Amino acid sequence: MSDPMSGSGPLTQKKPMAVTVYTPASALRDPGLMLRSMFADLRASRELAWRLAQRDIKAQYRQSLLGYLWAFIMPLSTTLAWVYLNSSGIVKVTSTGMPYPIYVLTGTMLWQMFTEALQTPLGQLSASKNLLAKLKFPREALILSGIIKWSFNAGVKMLIIIPALFILGGSPDIHILLVPIILLAILLIGTAIGLFIAPIGLLYTDVGRLIPVVLQFAMYVTPVVFAMPADGFAAKLFRINFMTPVIVNGRAWLVGMEGSMLQEMALICAAASVLLFLGWVLFRTTMSVLIERMSA
Amino acid sequence: MEEDVLIKVEGVSKKFCRDLKTSLRYGMADVRDEVLGRPRTMELRPKEFWAINGIDFQVRRGECLGLIGHNGAGKTTLLKTLNGLIKPDAGRIEIHGQVGALIALGAGFNPILTARENIYINASVLGLSKKRVDERIDEIIAFAEIEDFIDMPVQHFSSGMTVRLGFAVAAILIEPDILFLDEVLAVGDINFTVKCLNRVRELMRTSAVVFVSHNMPLITSFCTRVMVMDHGRCVLDTEEIGVAVNHYFGLAKNSVQISGSGDASVLDLHLSANGVALENDTPTILQEQELTATVRIRIEKEQLGEMSITVADATLTALLVIPVVDENGTPISLGPGEHELQIPLGPVELNAGLYSFVIAVRNASTKVNLCRHQGVHPFRVHADRVHWAKFVRTGVTTVKELERTTVK
Repeated sequence: MSDPMSGSGPLTQKKPMAVTVYTPASALRDPGLMLRSMFADLRASRELAWRLAQRDIKAQYRQSLLGYLWAFIMPLSTTLAWVYLNSSGIVKVTSTGMPYPIYVLTGTMLWQMFTEALQTPLGQLSASKNLLAKLKFPREALILSGIIKWSFNAGVKMLIIIPALFILGGSPDIHILLVPIILLAILLIGTAIGLFIAPIGLLYTDVGRLIPVVLQFAMYVTPVVFAMPADGFAAKLFRINFMTPVIVNGRAWLVGMEGSMLQEMALICAAASVLLFLGWVLFRTTMSVLIERMSA
Repeated sequence: MEEDVLIKVEGVSKKFCRDLKTSLRYGMADVRDEVLGRPRTMELRPKEFWAINGIDFQVRRGECLGLIGHNGAGKTTLLKTLNGLIKPDAGRIEIHGQVGALIALGAGFNPILTARENIYINASVLGLSKKRVDERIDEIIAFAEIEDFIDMPVQHFSSGMTVRLGFAVAAILIEPDILFLDEVLAVGDINFTVKCLNRVRELMRTSAVVFVSHNMPLITSFCTRVMVMDHGRCVLDTEEIGVAVNHYFGLAKNSVQISGSGDASVLDLHLSANGVALENDTPTILQEQELTATVRIRIEKEQLGEMSITVADATLTALLVIPVVDENGTPISLGPGEHELQIPLGPVELNAGLYSFVIAVRNASTKVNLCRHQGVHPFRVHADRVHWAKFVRTGVTTVKELERTTVK
C-alpha cells in the first residue's frame, strides 16, 4: 500500500517488543521491578505533565480578567482582616519584631503555598477521575503537572510579594535569594503529606472536606498571623509543629533577616523526602485498586 | 507462530461489588492488602459478584476478537483489565508490544482551549510526542474536517465535531501492536463513520485487535473470531461469526412495549412458515421460507381503525413494512370489535438475526394512535452464512458470467 498511514513506522518496527504482565500480585512483591518502573514512568510522564499543566494554566487565565492577581488576592484579604483585627484591638498580637502587615502578609502567603501543595495531589487526581478510569498513561503525570502548576503559582506570588514588601516599608535584601529553598521545602512537605492523603481521599470525599478544617486549626499553631508564644501550652504546640521552622525562616529571608532553626528545617526536609518516596510507592500500589472503585 | 501471540489471557477473573458504601469499604481493605503485599482471595465477600470469571483467550497479530454480550456481561471490564487500568483478582494477562486504544475519544480536552491546543493535549494523554503531532497535524485536521475551526475554542464545537476531532487525533497518531476498540466507531455522520471504519481496518491489518460492540454488522465485518459473554463468563468462543451472533441474539430477553391511547389492542399474533404453524415463543425461521402472520386485534368505541405491521431488527429499527390493504390497495378499515387478519409477509430475505414485529393501529380519520405494540412475537432467522447487510437475496437470483479475461 502506498498509504503512509498504514503499517507501523520504521521506528516501532525496530524496537524490541515490550512485554507487560498483569497479575493479581501486589507490585510490592517485586521491589526491583517496581523501582525501575517508577522511574521509567516518571521520565515518561514529563511531557504529559508539562502539557496538562500548560492546559490548566492557560485555561485558568484565559477565562479571567484579573488573571495573575488572583494569586495575590487571597493572602492580601487575609492580611487586611488581621491588620484590622490587630489595629482595632479586637485581637492583640504580641510583638512580632517587624511591621505587623508584613508579618501577616509573608505568613499567609507562605501558609497558602503550603495548603495548596498539600491539596494538589488529591485535587489533581479527583479532577482527572475520568481519564484515570478510561485510559492508561503514567499516573505520575498528574502529580507532576500539579507540581508544575504549583511552582508557576508560587513564582507569580513571589513576583508580586517583593514589590509589596517595599511598599509596606520592608527592606528585603540579599537573603531573598535563599527563599527558593523555602519554597522547595514547602513543596516537598506539602506533596509528601498530600500523596498520603490522596488514596483515601479518592475513595471518601470526607477527606477532601476535612483537609481545610484541619489546616485552619493548624494555621493557628503556626506563626502565620500570631507571633511565637514564649511559653505555655501554645508554645509547645508551635514548637512541635513541623511547619514552624519553614514559615519562620521563609519570613526572615523574605524581609532580610538571618534565619533560625536551620537544623530543624533540614531534618524536617529529610524526613519529608523519605515520606515523599513512601507516598509515591503508596500512590502506585493503590492506584489500580482505587480506579476500580471509581465510577466513570 | 507462538511469538505472534500478542495478547495472552489465562483464567482472568474480576470481582465487583453491587453496593457503593460496601465497595468503598472493600476498597480500603484492598488498599491495605496491597500495601502489605497480601495475595488476593478468590472468595467473594458479601454483595460481591464475578464481573468477569475465568476468561481465557489469545489474540495474534492480524486477528480481531469481537467481544459481544449484553450490558453488564463484563466486556468493558475485561477490556479495562487488558488495558491495565484495573488488576485482575485471578489469572494472568500478557501483553506484547505497544497498546493503542480507541476508547474515551477526546480525553483531556479542555473546552476553553482551541482545537489546535487540544490536539496536542489529547495526543500527550495517549502517550504521543509533540514531534509526532507536528508531523501529522495537517492530516489530523483534514481527517476531522475542521480546517476552518482549528483555532476556535472547542466549547463552541458541535458534539459531532468534537467527537470527530477526538477520533482523528487517536486514529491518525497511534501505531499500535494491540488495538482496543469500545463502541467508538459509529461517530459523526455517515460519511465520517465510513472514514473511521476504513481507518480502523488499516490499523487492524498490523495489530491484534479486541473489539467491543453491540453492532452485529460491524462485528461480522471486522472480526475473525467472536467471544460471547454472559454474566462475566465466556459462553461461546468461535471463528464462526454467524453462530456467535445467533447465540448473542438468543440471549436477548424480548419485551413488548405498548403505547398509544389504549382504544385498541393486539390480542394475538401467530406465525406460520410455508404453511406450517410455528408454536415456539421465539421460533427459528429459515431464509426463503414464506411467512404468514395471523393477527387478532380489538377496537374499542365507535370508530374506524387502520393497521400497520412492520418487521424490526433487534435494535427495534423498522426494516420492512407490509401495508394492510385489500385487493384494490386501499387500507382495510376496522370497526369496533375483534378482528382476525391473515397477512402474507412473503419470503424471508432477512439476514440471520433476531427480529420482531411492530403493530400499530390508528384512527382512520383523526390518525390518533390507538395502540402501538413493539417487540411483538420475536423470531430468529437462521442461515448458514451471515452477511454484512440487513437483507439477503438468494435462490431467486443466478449470476451469469458474461465475459472473462485472465490477468497474469
